[in-house]
Amino acid sequence: MKKELITLQNISKSYDGQLVLDDLNLFIRENEFLTLLGPSGCGKTTTLRILGGFETPDSGKVIFDGSDITTLPPNKRQLNTVFQKYALFVHMTIAENIAFGLKIKKKSASYIKDKIKYALKLVNLEGYENRMPDSLSGGQQQRIAIARAIVNEPKVLLLDEPLGALDLKLRQDMQYELIRLKNELGITFIYVTHDQEEALTMSDTIVVMNQGYIQQIGTPEKIYNEPENAFVADFIGDSNIIASTMVRDELVEILGARFACVDKGFGENAPVDVVIRPEDVELVAENTGTIEGVVSHIIFKGVHYEMEVMANGFEWLVHSTKMFPVGTKVGIKVDPYNIQIMNKPVSEDEEASTVNE
Amino acid sequence: MNRKKALQAPYLFWSVMFILIPLCMIFYYGFTDKTGAFTLENIMAIATAEHAKALWLSMLLSLVSTVLCLVIAYPLAMILSSMNVSQNSFIVVIFILPMWMNFLLRTLAWQTLLEKTGVINNILSFLHLPALNIINTPPAIILGMVYNFLPFMVLPIYNALVKIDKNVINAAKDLGANQVQTFIRIILPLSIPGVISGITMVFVPALTTFVISTLLGGSKILLIGNVIEQEFTRAGNWYLGSGLSIVLMIFIIVNMVLSSVFDKDGEGAIL
Repeated sequence: MKKELITLQNISKSYDGQLVLDDLNLFIRENEFLTLLGPSGCGKTTTLRILGGFETPDSGKVIFDGSDITTLPPNKRQLNTVFQKYALFVHMTIAENIAFGLKIKKKSASYIKDKIKYALKLVNLEGYENRMPDSLSGGQQQRIAIARAIVNEPKVLLLDEPLGALDLKLRQDMQYELIRLKNELGITFIYVTHDQEEALTMSDTIVVMNQGYIQQIGTPEKIYNEPENAFVADFIGDSNIIASTMVRDELVEILGARFACVDKGFGENAPVDVVIRPEDVELVAENTGTIEGVVSHIIFKGVHYEMEVMANGFEWLVHSTKMFPVGTKVGIKVDPYNIQIMNKPVSEDEEASTVNE
Repeated sequence: MNRKKALQAPYLFWSVMFILIPLCMIFYYGFTDKTGAFTLENIMAIATAEHAKALWLSMLLSLVSTVLCLVIAYPLAMILSSMNVSQNSFIVVIFILPMWMNFLLRTLAWQTLLEKTGVINNILSFLHLPALNIINTPPAIILGMVYNFLPFMVLPIYNALVKIDKNVINAAKDLGANQVQTFIRIILPLSIPGVISGITMVFVPALTTFVISTLLGGSKILLIGNVIEQEFTRAGNWYLGSGLSIVLMIFIIVNMVLSSVFDKDGEGAIL
C-alpha cells in the first residue's frame, strides 16, 4: 500500500452559520486518483479549496507529507490547482501563462523554455506558444490550464470540475487524457465532480459526499456494486431501492416474495433497504420468476432497452438487451450476488452521517 | 421599415438640431473672419503668447488633477471591489452622494471653505495654525477638479476590477505569486482598460472646464476654457472663440483616439 500523502483531520467549516463540512476525516495516498463526488452543496469544492489554501477550516488540521499546512497560504503549498472555467490569464500568451509559476520561482530562461515545450507536448498543443487564450476552444484552454499547473511539478494536482464547461464528446476525450496524464506524471490527482460517470471512469478511489459528510469511500467497483446506503446507491447510477425485510441470514423478503441473497449479520426480521441495479434484474417467461409483473414502459437506449415493470406494487427499472413489449407478462429473477442489502437509516440525520471507513 | 424610420425621427431631429448644426456653425465661424472670408487666423491665434499660456496651464492642471485622481481612486476602487455587495453598496452611496448635488453648488462650497476668511481659515486660526492661502491659485483649481471628477475615475476602475474572476487571482497565488506579484502581474494589467477610460473621463472635462477656474481661481488665472468663454460672452468674438474651440477639440480627439487604442474592450465606450 502506498504511503499517505495528505491527511484531513476533523475538518469543519461553516459559512454564515451554515455548516458545510462537519468533522471530515480523509486521507489521500501518493499517486492516487481520488475523486470527491457529490451533488452541489455537498462540501466537495470547499474540501478542495481547503486543500488548495483558499479557505481555512474553522477547526481541524490539514497534514501534507508529515507537516501541518492548515494555515499556509496557497503560494507556499506544493500543490497546484486547475480551476473551473480555466482561469487563464487573458492578457498573456499561452507561453507566458505556462511560464508564470516558473518565472515567480526565478527559473532560468532556458529551463522555462524547455518546460513550456514539454508541457505543451504533454497536452497535445505543440506550437501554441504565441496564441492568446481567447483564440483557443474550451477544451484547449482547459489543457493549457493543466499545462500551466503541471510545469511546476506539484506533488498533487487539484482539479475543480475541470470538464464541467465542455460538451459531452470533448468531456469523454478529456477523461482519457487526464488518466494518461496522471500515469505519465506519476502524481496525485484530487478531482472534484458531480458527474458520477466521470468519477467511475477515472478514479482509483471515490469519496461520495452529501451535506458535508462522507457517505462512502471506495474503489469505483465497490461504490457501484456495494453502495453502503440509499444515498450512494441513488446517486451512483440508476437503481431500484426497495424497503424490505431481512428474514434471516441469506434470505430477504422483497415486496412479499422471498429472494436468496449472500448477506449475513442483519439479524432476523430486520427492516433493511435493498438495492438492485437495473441491469441485474433478469426478465424471464411468465410464471418462472420469483415475482410476476407486467411491462409498463419501454424506451430504446441504444445499447439496451430501458423498461419499467410493475410487480407487487413497485415499478422495477430494468435494463436488458432483450425486448419485451408493453403489456407483456414477465417473471423477475435476481441473482443472489446482485442483491445489495443496506441498513435502514433510523433518522435523516443518521443517513447523512453514516461513515464507514 | 417605415415604422422603424418614424421611431428614429426624433433622434435624428435632435442630432441634426443640437449636434450637427452647432458643430457646423463652430466650423463656419472658426474658419471665417468678420467679412465672411476664409481664414486660418482664428486657428493660428492659439500660438499667441496669451492663448498658448492658457492652453499650457490647462493641460498642466488637468494632467496633475488626473494623476491625483488616479492615485486616490485606484486604492479606493480596490477597497470597494474587495468588499461584499451589502457593505459595498453602503460605501458607494456615501461616495456617490455628493455627486447628486449640483456641480456648481459643490464648487461654490469649496470657494466658501477656502476663502481668506472662510471656514477652514477660521478653524486654523482658532487652533493658532498658519492660514491656508490657496484660493485664487492653481492648487485651489486642482483641488476643485480632483473633488469634482474623482468619481469618474473611481467607477471605471472599480468596474474593471470587479470583472476580474476571483479564480484568476487565486490561480496566480496558486502558482506561487505573493500579494505584490499578483497585483503587478495580474490585477494591474487586467484593470488597465478601466484606468484608461478613467483618465479620459477626468482629463477631458478638466481640460475644458471654465467654471472651476472661475470660482476657485478668481479672475487671475485664465484656462483655455475661460478664454473661449470670454470670447463668446464678453468680447462677442464668435470667430476667435470658435477657432480656439476647434483647437481644443483636436486635443480632445487625439486623447480619445489614444485611449481607444489602449482600451480595446470598450470599457469606457466613449469612442
